[in-house]
Amino acid sequence: MSESMVSRRQRYWDLRAAGNFIGGGTGSGLIVTASLAAVLGAPFRAALILGLAAIAAGLSLVWLEIGKPWRAFNVFFHPRTSWMTREGIVAGALIPLGVVAAAVSSPALALITAVLAVGFLYCQARILRAARGIPAWRQKEIVALILAAGLAEGCALALIVGPRDGVWLGLALAAGLAREAAWRFYRTGLAREAGAAKILAVFAAPSARRLDGLRWAGLGLIAAALVMRLSAVAVPGLMISTAFVIVGCMLVVLGGWGMKMLLITRAAFTRAISLPVVPIRGSKKSHAH
Amino acid sequence: MTRYVMVADLRRCVGCQTCTAACKEGNATPPGVQWRRVLDLEAGTYPEVSRVFLPIGCQHCANPPCMEVCPSTATKQRADGIITIDDDLCIGCSYCIMACPYDARSLIEERRYAFGETPTEPEAARLDKNAVGVASKCTFCAGRIDAGTARGLVAGQDPEATPLCVNACISGALSFGDIEDESGPIATLLAENRWFRLHEREGTEPGFYYLWDKGTL
Repeated sequence: MSESMVSRRQRYWDLRAAGNFIGGGTGSGLIVTASLAAVLGAPFRAALILGLAAIAAGLSLVWLEIGKPWRAFNVFFHPRTSWMTREGIVAGALIPLGVVAAAVSSPALALITAVLAVGFLYCQARILRAARGIPAWRQKEIVALILAAGLAEGCALALIVGPRDGVWLGLALAAGLAREAAWRFYRTGLAREAGAAKILAVFAAPSARRLDGLRWAGLGLIAAALVMRLSAVAVPGLMISTAFVIVGCMLVVLGGWGMKMLLITRAAFTRAISLPVVPIRGSKKSHAH
Repeated sequence: MTRYVMVADLRRCVGCQTCTAACKEGNATPPGVQWRRVLDLEAGTYPEVSRVFLPIGCQHCANPPCMEVCPSTATKQRADGIITIDDDLCIGCSYCIMACPYDARSLIEERRYAFGETPTEPEAARLDKNAVGVASKCTFCAGRIDAGTARGLVAGQDPEATPLCVNACISGALSFGDIEDESGPIATLLAENRWFRLHEREGTEPGFYYLWDKGTL
C-alpha cells in the first residue's frame, strides 16, 4: 500500500538557480573545448573567456537568489560533505587561473583550467544528486546528464565563437548526441521509480517536446554541415554550411538551456509521503499492507 | 547518552491541528511558515478507504541530509539529536530545503506578521531580525527543553521541558522524550506498539516514530 501526500513544486530555486546550472554547464563545456583547441594549436582565448564569463554569470545569479548575500563567503565552510561548498572552492581556483591562462595565452594553463572546469561541472551535478527532497534531481542518472549537457552546450557555443573545422563539428555533434543519450537514460531511470509520473508528465508536455525538437533540429543542421564540409562542396556550399552551423549550434544551446530550466523549476516536485500501513483511529486493529 | 525523539500515535490523532496552532503561537513563525503540520490523507481504495491524520515536521534525523548539504555549517546536530539552524551562519541558499525528504524546512523570505504591519505579542517577543533570509524549521522547542532540564525537569514528562505541540495535543497522540532511557515512556511505547518511520529507505534514521497497531488506547 502506498498512500501519497500530493507533492508540490518547490518554489525556492527559480530561474536564477537554473541560470547557475546553465552558466556553469555551458561555461565548463566552453573551457573544455577551449583547452582542446589550445592543445591542437587552434585559437582558444575567446572560448576560454566566454566560458569563464558564463560560469561567473551563473554564480552571480545564485548570489542574487540567496537570502543573505552579504554572507556569501560562508558557502566555503563545509567542504567535508557539501557539494555546494566544493563547487565554490573549485570556482575560486578555476576563475583566476582561467583569467591568467587567457591573459598569457598559455595552453598548459588552459588545460589545467579545463580540468577544474570538469570538476566544477561535476560538483554542480552532485549538488542536484544530493537534493534528496526532490525526486527529479536525486535520480542517479542526473550526474551523467548534467556533465553531458554542459559539454554539449559548450562545444556548440564554441563553434559559434571559434573555428568551425570538421573536427570541431564532429565533436559538437558527438557531444550533442551524448547529451540526448543521457537525457534518455535519465528519463528511463526516472520511469522506474514509484511516483515519477508527475515529473515525466512535465517532460512529455508540448513545451518540453518543442525543446526536444529544437535540440534535434540543431543536431541535424550540424550533421548536415559536417557532411557538406567532408564532401568538400564549393564556396556557396561553405556559406550554407556556416549558416547551418551557427543556427544549429544556437538551437543545440538554447534547447539545452530550456531543458535545464524545466529540470530546475518545472520538474522539481517535493517527495510525496508514503504510508506503509493504514492505522484505524480508535481501534487496536489496523490494516497492514 | 540522550536522544530526543517524538512519537505520534496515529490511532489517536484526530487531526484537530491544536499542535499546529500551539507551535504557531509559541514559536511565532511568520505566515506561510509552519513547523508542525498535520496532513489529512485519504488512504486505501474505495470502498476500503479511511482518513489518516499524520503529524509531520522536522524528523530530527540521526543522519540528516540537510546537515550534509549545508554549505555554511549553519545546520548542526546537538548531542541529544536535535537538529538546529544557526541564523548567524545561514546564507539562505535553500539547499537544505531541497535535501530534506520530509519537506520540513522553509525559507523566511521577509518579515511578516500574522495580522498586518503590527506584530502580535508572541511575535514581538520573538522578533529576531537575523531570522529573515534564512532557513527555518521545527527545533523540538530546544530552548524550552534546555531551560526546563536546567531546572531539573524531565523532557517529555514535565510540561515546562516539553515541546509545545506535545503539551497541546488533546488526544495524547504526541509523546516526546529520550529514546535511550530504556525504562522511560518512549521506549515503553515503542516496545509495546508497532511503529514505522517515514522514508526509511533513505537511511536518514528519523527521530519521529508513528505508532499504528497493537497499543493500549
